[in-house]
Amino acid sequence: MATVTFFVVAVLAVASALGLILKRNPIHGALFLVINLACVAVLYLSLGAEFLAAAQVIVYAGAIMVLFVFAIMVLIPGKEETGPDPRRAVRLLALPVGALLFVQLAMIVRPRDARVPPPPAGGSAESLGTLLFTDYLFPFELTSVLLLAAMVGVLVLARRRPS
Amino acid sequence: MEHLALDALAAFILLNAVIGMVTYVTLLERKFAARMQSRIGPYRVGPHGLLQPIADALKLMMKEDIVPRAADRWVYNLAPIVFLIPCVLIFATIPFAPRLGLADLNIGVLFFLAVSSLEIVGLFMGGWGSNNKYALLSAMRAVNQIISYDLPFVFAALIPVVLAGSLQMSAIVAAQQGLWFVAYPVIGQLGFVAFLVATLAAENRVPFDILEAESELVAGFRVEYSGMKFAIIQLGEYAHMIASSFLGALLFLGGWLGPGSDIPAIGVLWFLLKAMLVFLVVTWVRWSFVRIRVDQILAVSWKLLLPATLGLLLVTAFWVALRGGAGA
Repeated sequence: MATVTFFVVAVLAVASALGLILKRNPIHGALFLVINLACVAVLYLSLGAEFLAAAQVIVYAGAIMVLFVFAIMVLIPGKEETGPDPRRAVRLLALPVGALLFVQLAMIVRPRDARVPPPPAGGSAESLGTLLFTDYLFPFELTSVLLLAAMVGVLVLARRRPS
Repeated sequence: MEHLALDALAAFILLNAVIGMVTYVTLLERKFAARMQSRIGPYRVGPHGLLQPIADALKLMMKEDIVPRAADRWVYNLAPIVFLIPCVLIFATIPFAPRLGLADLNIGVLFFLAVSSLEIVGLFMGGWGSNNKYALLSAMRAVNQIISYDLPFVFAALIPVVLAGSLQMSAIVAAQQGLWFVAYPVIGQLGFVAFLVATLAAENRVPFDILEAESELVAGFRVEYSGMKFAIIQLGEYAHMIASSFLGALLFLGGWLGPGSDIPAIGVLWFLLKAMLVFLVVTWVRWSFVRIRVDQILAVSWKLLLPATLGLLLVTAFWVALRGGAGA
């Protein structure tokens, strides 16, 4: 059952990822991204990480909506935006960088590699919370400070200047 | 395999119960609204208009299905389904009595919040896929509103979670054995009110219904839908409303607890009664208030509701810590 679920979801995830990069329409792309993120959430769920799955849906559902709005407001209007990309040459970099990323990923997920220990507890909200507030307290707080800094930065940038 | 078949059967029953509830809740709302406006309401079909929802359903099924020529066909046709699925899926985590529910997940509340936030994707697909100015404006407003009200909604729903010390729905009800959370001084009442307001906004009901505002946007994101697709959107909307009422009854009103609730059937009755009470309060608001403007809606969320719920959550957490732990 679990294997069947994995293969169905994995195929869906890859297909939707392909749809995301191959579709010209930014809204269609965003919709494929929704499918892709949902597939990842299902994979988390099948691994027993329920909290992570729910968090994935909550966080990315909001992010997707923002993406929709930006796609409409920034990307769709105006024909002048859809002309040839002036930075076309930079695109050639995508291939080597992507290949490098792939090699790194392959090195990380190599099955016989036992350097990454399995999580000490399951993926429940309780064990995750305990870990975050004990072993990983410092990175956790650091991340929250980073997010706070970003938020303050946005506020400062968006504030109306006295004219 | 047998287990799977039983689960499927239970899901089938629940799904049909939801559809049945939606059908009759529309009648309840129309009758209630009629009362408030000194009218009689639906009266012609069946005794006291009791068969009116059936007639409405038949009418919707027989209507012609029209797809606008300029619509984005795939997005337009998929939107009602994408809208309906999360609205129905959230019922899976609701326990109707002890051990009577589809899946009493240990992250039940979180699952509810996560899945119900997906509804906006279907709504946006409908608004954008219709290729209609009104529908698109409505979808943009919806996104605006959902982004603003998701946080207060989550914070308000987390107050009972902190009080009970669990994300599991049945554990939250069990923690209210002594005293319902709505009866907790200050925290309970303010939390419940904040929850109701955020629910109204999440359901896009008056006074937060700028996305369908008949007078300016005709019917908003569903303006191009007809026949069964319109019915599916309507079904999803009411299912979401009922599910939120159930959630309110679970989180603040003690779920199935009440005199004689040791017997499951009576527990279910209590639960339904409380959920309908929440639903009627929402309906009452709908027929008493006027629609407020976009900027007012955003101001209510960011300047009032968000700080208030965040503060309440902090106070609750402090209180629970001082008491020396969560639970009853």
